[in-house]
Amino acid sequence: MEGRLTGWGRTAPTTARLSTPTTAAEARAAVRAADERGLLARGLGRSYGDAAQNAGGTVLDMTALTRVLALDLERGLVTCEAGVSLDRLMRLLLPFGWFVPVTPGTRYVTVGGAIGADIHGKNHHVSGSFGHHVTRMRLLTAGGEEVELTRGEELFDATTGGMGLTGVILDATIELLPVTTSLMSVDTERATDLDDLMQRLESTDHRYRYSVAWIDLVARGAATGRAVLSRGEHATPDLLTPRQRRDPLAFHPRSLPAAPRGIPGGLLRTGTVGAFNELWFRKAPRERRGQLQRIGAFFHPLDGVPEWNRVYGPSGFLQYQFVVPYGQEPVLRSIVEQLSRHGCPSFLAVLKRFGEGGPGWLSFPMPGWTLALDLPASVPGLGPLLDRLDEQVLAAGGRIYLAKDSRMRPRTLTAMYPRLADFRALRERIDPTGAFTSDLARRLAL
Amino acid sequence: MMNALGDPQTLLVLGGSSEIGLATARRLVRSRVETVHLAGRPSPALDAAAAELRGLGAQVHVHDFDAAAVDTHETVLGKIFAEGDIDVALLAFGVLGDQEQGEREPMAAAAVAQVNYLGAVTSSLVCAQALRRQGHGALVVLSSVAGERARRSNFIYGSTKAGLDAFAQGLGDALHGSGARVMVVRPGFVRTRMTEGMPEAPLATTADAVAEAVVTGLRRGSETVWVPGALRYVMSGLRHVPRAVFRKLPV
Ligand SMILES: Cc1cc2nc3c(=O)[nH]c(=O)nc-3n(C[C@H](O)[C@H](O)[C@H](O)COP(=O)(O)OP(=O)(O)OC[C@H]3O[C@@H](n4cnc5c(N)ncnc54)[C@H](O)[C@@H]3O)c2cc1C
Ligand SMILES: NC(=O)c1ccc[n+]([C@@H]2O[C@H](COP(=O)([O-])OP(=O)(O)OC[C@H]3O[C@@H](n4cnc5c(N)ncnc54)[C@H](OP(=O)(O)O)[C@@H]3O)[C@@H](O)[C@H]2O)c1
Repeated sequence: MEGRLTGWGRTAPTTARLSTPTTAAEARAAVRAADERGLLARGLGRSYGDAAQNAGGTVLDMTALTRVLALDLERGLVTCEAGVSLDRLMRLLLPFGWFVPVTPGTRYVTVGGAIGADIHGKNHHVSGSFGHHVTRMRLLTAGGEEVELTRGEELFDATTGGMGLTGVILDATIELLPVTTSLMSVDTERATDLDDLMQRLESTDHRYRYSVAWIDLVARGAATGRAVLSRGEHATPDLLTPRQRRDPLAFHPRSLPAAPRGIPGGLLRTGTVGAFNELWFRKAPRERRGQLQRIGAFFHPLDGVPEWNRVYGPSGFLQYQFVVPYGQEPVLRSIVEQLSRHGCPSFLAVLKRFGEGGPGWLSFPMPGWTLALDLPASVPGLGPLLDRLDEQVLAAGGRIYLAKDSRMRPRTLTAMYPRLADFRALRERIDPTGAFTSDLARRLAL
Repeated sequence: MMNALGDPQTLLVLGGSSEIGLATARRLVRSRVETVHLAGRPSPALDAAAAELRGLGAQVHVHDFDAAAVDTHETVLGKIFAEGDIDVALLAFGVLGDQEQGEREPMAAAAVAQVNYLGAVTSSLVCAQALRRQGHGALVVLSSVAGERARRSNFIYGSTKAGLDAFAQGLGDALHGSGARVMVVRPGFVRTRMTEGMPEAPLATTADAVAEAVVTGLRRGSETVWVPGALRYVMSGLRHVPRAVFRKLPV
């Protein structure tokens, strides 16, 4: 079946032949049948740009490969097919007292996508990225051979964060995190400006397993960078009310109706967004300790509104996420100011401190500050603005996240990822005909 | 690939020395285009265009291409597409011809039709096939307001553009859903060597203004672009003027 695909940002659509294998054998057959336009695995399409598209070629929709193959409840290990979503894993595992080791800002990502982008969560400073918790995986390589990969192997490290370009991940084994309740104990505090925010994060982040801050980018002048910190830990049963204690591991996330379709562009103007941000900032408690929150509210607030990506209208939106190393705080500050001055109608930007990077060759996290913000593609002058920011990030020794990118220049990317040359050489060696490729790979010459 | 903001990376200009084509290439090279293919008849103007774009940092490949030699288009253009994906193909060749000569010498009129219509038909079809195979890309066709309603003073040229315009619209519909698309551009009087020495029509514009409209249209995903934009309304008025009156209008 021919299908028009985009990423979560709904920009740069291209057409591919979609194939939905339900078994590994069917996936293998599809890899063997692919033509010179190549093949790519796609999960739930939550990457923002063109990472999960393959114009004119084949796209393997992995979301029907959803078997859980083994579950070790003693040691906390799950082996499942790559199309299993983190939402499914949470529903399955929480009642047994296990949680996924890393969760992004949405539960609707697949295990394959989590490894492909080597995703990070609010616990990166403590737990590292998703790949850090994968002990083994099975990969379908060019020509349709299956290989078993374990930690420390070259191909394992190239595949973690390899954006689907080394092959199709069929299944993987993931180490889980033990929890005793399904609630989070959350501390919230406000920061008056960016310096105040960075100071708070720097001095107390190590006390929390999960930490993130939301910055209001519309606020200008002295309030530039005002923010709300939200940090927490899995609650222990003693913190629960007697009623909650009866079913401490209950997990029944609900969602609201989907965002309406056919929303015209231009709805999100700096004015409306500013008003929203003002409300949001005032609503947050100046300081509040030990508040109990559900997993959904703490980790995945946006999952409550399915298809919220439609509110950006027909021209779509993009997410800009970069990291700059510690010591480059002036660059971070300057970028926040430039974004704020440009009048980008961005609801909120998320700021977080990363811990050590992982072994993934194209893995994004490195020790430093990471900032992520959504921007409507229709903002005037957005292209040149982000190009300038790219240069500043690069000069500071930082990088841009491939799972979010939809517009970078190839040479900027090359300069940001020192192991890209190895990655290209490996692909040249194990996949000389380019059996695996994507729009992202074509755009950035991966 | 076209990025999220609608900026392409590779460009093919058919009629590589066209002033409008060059103005468009210049703008696109300044944003994201890194590779430009200029297809045209060998000439100093073609070489100069290539040199200028190289100076802006682009990798430029020049290809021998004669729009009138319709039977060569599959081979010549096929080779270019075989070198890699083309994000935007700009059909910029065209000849104005001499209306009076054309009325006197039918073969002179046929030569105009051969380039503007037949040559455009074959080359657009080759491009469309390749873009369809790629699953992405835009074919930008330089039509003209002259094709919107044929005028006594240049109906030979006008009719070729009318045919081209209708053809391009249909091709766009045929490509719907394929990932590839067609954008029809209808400039009014543009000050280029094509119109050199001719009395300017109202709303006369420049090659760079056309280029800017093309870039904006690509970003927006437009199907039709008028340059200047006001022509859309002027022409929708003119379209309904009775023949007897239109004949006498000084347009
Ligand atoms: C609201 C929201 C919040 C987010 N928050 C975060 C966050 O906090 N941290 C973070 O790191 N990311 C975050 N993301 C991004 C998201 O986690 C990643 O883009 C993730 O890769 C999406 O998974 P997916 O299953 O949708 O994969 P897709 O988007 O479909 O694919 C992503 C990449 O993985 C590859 N891939 C998918 N499946 C396989 C497979 N079986 N084998 C090989 N390769 C495969 C694809 O080829 C592609 O390159 C967020 C996204 C959204 C929409
Ligand atoms: N200028 C205007 O007022 C105006 C208005 C509306 C639409 N247009 C259209 O816009 C397009 C570009 O025009 P322009 O203003 O940029 O004029 P231009 O500079 O004269 O460009 C026309 C181009 O067509 C090429 N060409 C002619 N015959 C060819 C052939 N047989 N094979 C290959 N190339 C051939 C010419 O190349 P050579 O050097 O080889 O001749 C030249 O590069 C044309 O289609 C024109 O009809 C122009």
